[in-house]
Amino acid sequence: MSATLEAKVPSGPLAERWSKHKFDLALVNPSNRRKFKVLVVGTGLAGGSAAASLAEMGYEVLAFCIQDSPRRAHSIAAQGGINAAKNYKNDGDSVFRLFYDTVKGGDYRAREANVHRLAEVSNQIIDQCVAQGVPFAREYGGLLDNRSFGGAQVARTFYARGQTGQQLLLGAYGAMLRQAASGRLTLLPRREMLDVVVVDGMARGIVTRDLVTGAYERWAGHAVLLCTGGYGNVFYLSTNAKTSNVTAAWRAHKRGAFFANPCFTQIHPTCIPVSGHYQSKLTLMSESLRNDGRVWVPRTKGDSRPAAAIPDAERDYYLERKYPSFGNLVPRDVASRSAKDVCDEGHGVGATGQAVYLDFRDAIARDGAETIRARYGNLFEMYERITAEDPYRVPMRIYPAVHYTMGGLWVDYNLESTIPGLFVLGEANFSDHGANRLGASALMQGLADGYFIVPATIASHLAGRRLAPVDTGHAAFAESHEASRARHARLLGVRGSRTVDSFHRELGRICWNQCGMARSAGGLRDAIEKVRALREAYWQDVRIPGEPNSLNPELEHAGRVADFLEFAELMARDALERNESCGGHFREEHQTADGEARRDDARFCHVAAWEWTGEGEPAERHREELAFEAVSLSTRSYR
Amino acid sequence: MSAAHAGGDMKVTLHVWRQARAAAEGAFETYGLAVSPDMSFLEMLDVLNEELVLDGRDPVAFDHDCREGICGTCSLVIDGQPHGPHRETTTCQLHMRSFRDGDSITVEPFRAAAFPVVKDLVVDRSAFDRVLAAGGYVSVNTGSAPDANAVPVARERAERAMDAAACIGCGACVAACKNAAAMLFVGAKVSHLALLPQGAPERGRRVLAMVERMDAEGFGNCTNESECEAACPKGIGVDNIARLNREYLRAALTGGD
Repeated sequence: MSATLEAKVPSGPLAERWSKHKFDLALVNPSNRRKFKVLVVGTGLAGGSAAASLAEMGYEVLAFCIQDSPRRAHSIAAQGGINAAKNYKNDGDSVFRLFYDTVKGGDYRAREANVHRLAEVSNQIIDQCVAQGVPFAREYGGLLDNRSFGGAQVARTFYARGQTGQQLLLGAYGAMLRQAASGRLTLLPRREMLDVVVVDGMARGIVTRDLVTGAYERWAGHAVLLCTGGYGNVFYLSTNAKTSNVTAAWRAHKRGAFFANPCFTQIHPTCIPVSGHYQSKLTLMSESLRNDGRVWVPRTKGDSRPAAAIPDAERDYYLERKYPSFGNLVPRDVASRSAKDVCDEGHGVGATGQAVYLDFRDAIARDGAETIRARYGNLFEMYERITAEDPYRVPMRIYPAVHYTMGGLWVDYNLESTIPGLFVLGEANFSDHGANRLGASALMQGLADGYFIVPATIASHLAGRRLAPVDTGHAAFAESHEASRARHARLLGVRGSRTVDSFHRELGRICWNQCGMARSAGGLRDAIEKVRALREAYWQDVRIPGEPNSLNPELEHAGRVADFLEFAELMARDALERNESCGGHFREEHQTADGEARRDDARFCHVAAWEWTGEGEPAERHREELAFEAVSLSTRSYR
Repeated sequence: MSAAHAGGDMKVTLHVWRQARAAAEGAFETYGLAVSPDMSFLEMLDVLNEELVLDGRDPVAFDHDCREGICGTCSLVIDGQPHGPHRETTTCQLHMRSFRDGDSITVEPFRAAAFPVVKDLVVDRSAFDRVLAAGGYVSVNTGSAPDANAVPVARERAERAMDAAACIGCGACVAACKNAAAMLFVGAKVSHLALLPQGAPERGRRVLAMVERMDAEGFGNCTNESECEAACPKGIGVDNIARLNREYLRAALTGGD
């Protein structure tokens, strides 16, 4: 194990570590904070909450986002809710239970101390959001309502209809605007980060491109926060927004930040299936539908009769058959793999055969159409709008889709990467969800990192290290600036015969087929070869119109796809080296006789953190061993 | 465009607004395209753009991101209607099956003095951010909040606040209004916080500052035609404009608190 992977987890009893750590951390005197400039990249829940909180404390903050407004970051699309250990329902919840559920749900591949801290600050997040005016659902008595979510046996999820992410983001955005009005925070929308500038071994700035004018810009500061989300769009089709990308994280990786567990990707089981090759994104249907919908496929392969014409005896309710105790409510990874299995065996439905039925016939017969409408009306309407089919009359067709990425840049307990002064928050880091994320935990983590953790831990860098004055005239800025400009010039200069999208789609197919829901050593090795060949072809044959000095969405996309083409190889290598199945990572060689995932705690109870070693050189794999003290390792079973 | 490429079985003719930059003259260009009825409207533009790129022509710039109707980035005036023909549907959720084989479709940017064109169909809606920055928030520092259940809020009131808070800030209300008024947007934002006890301490100051900023940005005035409500993809009602007027009057009479 490398000495560089020092997780800095404090010692002592688990429940006291965060308090102790906060006391032990250095502090920056309030009157000195204005002397420090912090660059925050990304304004979703993690970046927005961090930018606002740091500015409130008195730091000078620059907040960059790729969208035309910070309030449009993809956190806005989160539907379900946000977990907290309030125990308002008096149903036995506690900080320890939230911690325990999250570690177990992550299939024992997360860092215990980080997850416990997450559970500890969860309650303060809800307090903060309510005070900002987030209109959470309430009961008639005026107090907050909760609902239950997968992977938990208590009701701890706070929600604002199906728009929880939107409402939380508007809260964080409002807090940012207030600081912008105070002059401590500057908002810089329509900016894409193209490089981290490292001076004397520390992150001291970034290079961005103004997406409207095309200008390359240099920004110096005392610390850089990457809050740039996940890399699900490496699969081309995902539930992510179109601009979601790996570029900021990947450029930081190439400057020295280790990338941890890139093979831990989450495939959500209930999405609207692909309808044609022009498809540009996939739409999630809330997990809650599995409370009343029954999942099935025809018993006979290739049975093309309409669903209603297939009698019960000729239907295979495969989740109820395989998992009688959990039935249709098995966790996301199990439900997704089962759908893939039945479709691979030829039982899939619809024009593509890549779909299974989610049928509400029995629920409607039992509870009445009005009850079902009250529960899921908006989801049924959304489904009908996209597919032109009425789910009250014909079963929904669903298929799994890439939704979230647990892997990300490696960070220590302070959320600092292996580049001193570079902090990574939210989905962009790897720390809290292990190999599988539970529902309603992403919003919790983003806001925990931004409101409560980084505002405390950033002082370890700002007050704990000597930071020499650096300005944008430094040679390291000139080098990053020129490298970013030259890369775009090279892309524009190819003038080949294929569009950026055609390469991105092909990359997505390789990743989905060979590094998606089921992976094998042979398939992964082949995928690595294919990705290398595609990358080669990309730089020979991509065609990008226009100029760099104006709004040029094709050029923006081209830069991101170039990074995905490099990142995909690392993701496949990580999947290849992790010779076990756990959470969202399923290796066909490592399963039980019943087809269930088989973890290998003796050999793989660790974080794999990859170090960039240069162009054309294989990345080096480092390990952070995971020690479980409060939770004992066990096998998940849902039968 | 080859039918094989698009997988399409219907043909449409597009009249698309092209404008190289804010200061340039714009004009419509016409394109024929074979499409599939299952495509979304934006996927149809993706197909058009791939074809233009391969032809060596400049693709059409348009704003989009989540493509599931929540981020508020997509826009477009389609055959004269912001977000196209369907009620409570954003452009990204509009599908080509809503059109017929052989249709001509006109695609323009949102048009308002306060939303200058950046390029083609992309407009600058940062005026909305500046209106919100004038006071569209609750002034509460991180860490200083009381317990979330310390202040009960009647369920009906919380629901009405959520109705207003559902606004995605897309600007269709402005594009639909002959006066290019932003009163539905500002009304929704003011209503969301005015309805909640957490927003009460700054209620008067907030509405005065936001309305002042709204006027300074060049948005017009409301003449009660409700085109905004008809165009709103999230069904925000004009009752929010009535509340905005009440809140403004109340604050103006009481000096802001």
